Amino acid sequence: MTSSTSTPEAQAPSDYGTHPGASANRVFRWLSTGAGVLILITLAAVATFLLVEAWPAFTMSSEELGETVSFIKPDQGQSLMEIIGYLIFGTLVISIIALLIATPVSIGIALFISHYAPRRLAQGLGYLIDLLAAVPSVVYGLWGVAVLVPFLTPFYQFLADYLGFIPIFAPPESGDIFTGRVAMSAGIVLAIMILPIITAVSREVFLQTPTLHEEAALAMGATRWEMIKMAVFPFGRSGMIGATMLGLGRALGETMAVLMIISPGLTFSASILQPNQHNTIAAYIALQFPEANSMGVNSLIAMGLALFVITLLVNMLARWIVSRRKDFSGAN
Amino acid sequence: MSKRIDINNLNVYYSDFLAVEDVSLSIEPKSITAFIGPSGCGKSTFLRTLNRMHEVIPGARVEGEVLIDGVNLYGDNVDPVTVRRHVGMVFQRPNPFPTMSIAENVLAGYRLNNKRVSKSQAEDLVEESLRGANLWNEVKDRLDRPGSSLSGGQQQRLCIARAIAIKPDVLLMDEPCSALDPISTLAIEDLMAELKDQYTIVIVTHNMQQAARVSDRTAFFNIAGTGKPGKLIEMNDTPTMFSTPSEKATEDYISGRFG
Repeated sequence: MTSSTSTPEAQAPSDYGTHPGASANRVFRWLSTGAGVLILITLAAVATFLLVEAWPAFTMSSEELGETVSFIKPDQGQSLMEIIGYLIFGTLVISIIALLIATPVSIGIALFISHYAPRRLAQGLGYLIDLLAAVPSVVYGLWGVAVLVPFLTPFYQFLADYLGFIPIFAPPESGDIFTGRVAMSAGIVLAIMILPIITAVSREVFLQTPTLHEEAALAMGATRWEMIKMAVFPFGRSGMIGATMLGLGRALGETMAVLMIISPGLTFSASILQPNQHNTIAAYIALQFPEANSMGVNSLIAMGLALFVITLLVNMLARWIVSRRKDFSGAN
Repeated sequence: MSKRIDINNLNVYYSDFLAVEDVSLSIEPKSITAFIGPSGCGKSTFLRTLNRMHEVIPGARVEGEVLIDGVNLYGDNVDPVTVRRHVGMVFQRPNPFPTMSIAENVLAGYRLNNKRVSKSQAEDLVEESLRGANLWNEVKDRLDRPGSSLSGGQQQRLCIARAIAIKPDVLLMDEPCSALDPISTLAIEDLMAELKDQYTIVIVTHNMQQAARVSDRTAFFNIAGTGKPGKLIEMNDTPTMFSTPSEKATEDYISGRFG
């Protein structure tokens, strides 16, 4: 249009126009948006890679795959799908053992640090726990094999002798030596490995409990434990679930320690005290990868895809649990 | 259920810091006693020593006696947890448990003492306590909603219902209306006037009109300066305190000529 119709921008600079921080604000907005987009791209790239690379292994006939890939033996009940099934089972068994041990212990430690210990002791203990997280997994594996497994074997013997009638604690077949290199040992070492992350996150969450709610409980005559049940746990519930899921994520993907400790096998055996029964996806991939030919790699990536899907499902489950009682979460 | 409180020569310390010095006073049963005074004068700290809630803060301790119907709260065989079941408290900001429903909030304290509560017993207690807190008509249709879904004033009355559900001997209120609007404040004040038929009520307030409106007796606390301990300046019947106080400091404070 003609210059006679003046738009606001065309007017003389006013005091209410731009301000010094405006461009920095815009830059930061794009930076943070970029970071957000980057994570989506990465996730999509990983998923695409897994799907594309696993595809040849999934589409090839079982017999052909058995001829091409050394570790796939359809005639012995170890086709690709069967192996994946065994490995998912083994991964879940070992991770669940780890979680069952680590969660209560971690929450206990976190509560001790946040609500029971004198301040000085709490700080020191917190550092120690964080230090546990800094130990490399290969060191845990070595320690597990050299120290923990020999130490635990007599207990396993005891469990098998007295509780062997329960399938979980069924002893090894007669003739097998009781080595202790079993799912239970792997689970215990994993439990120690995921302990720091669960403890650290739970501790932070417990410390965030509003004083207001703690005092509300104490003021009507709650003991400290009752106060924790009334105020701390309900408030920290989603945080505790999140912490546990972080731990589970690490347990599911842990390779080195499991690889070094367990005598691997491919079965659906319930007994966690028998060697040669279980293996995890991650450890299996690491074990087979160096020797695998090209189709072998495709098969291993197919297993990786299975692990990816499990982790995704676990996280979705956790989200669902957290969101179920949103009204009561205390966020409002 | 209503008991008298006698405090003899009470000093309150935070570690080595003397926060409240040498307070002696008596609180009559079935009455409302107001504590007034400037910020930091130790009136809230002092209130908390009446149910040993100050012990929540590490290093806090007292010297002296707090007698409830003759029983020293700081005696050798006294458990602070039990004390708090007899001396209820309402806080400055409403603090219902956000993860509990309205009904569960009312029952929370009761359940601490009684592990098994039958359904009808629970319903009766919820209704009785909520009626006692003038909240029943507003919430009776949504007892299973979270306590945090209520307005601030309703939440505070829910906290009062929760406190009276365990039938305490004494009800302490630490600035219960300071986070509320005038209408909700009025509702709480009306409620206090009703509750004093059954309970000994002690209230800390910054609002002198409120002290004048609701209380039977008023105690004025003051502090000589930062780092100095808070002291009880004088205590008397509320009308006397607000018309002819005997101390100059009290007169200055209530007439706004403070400092």
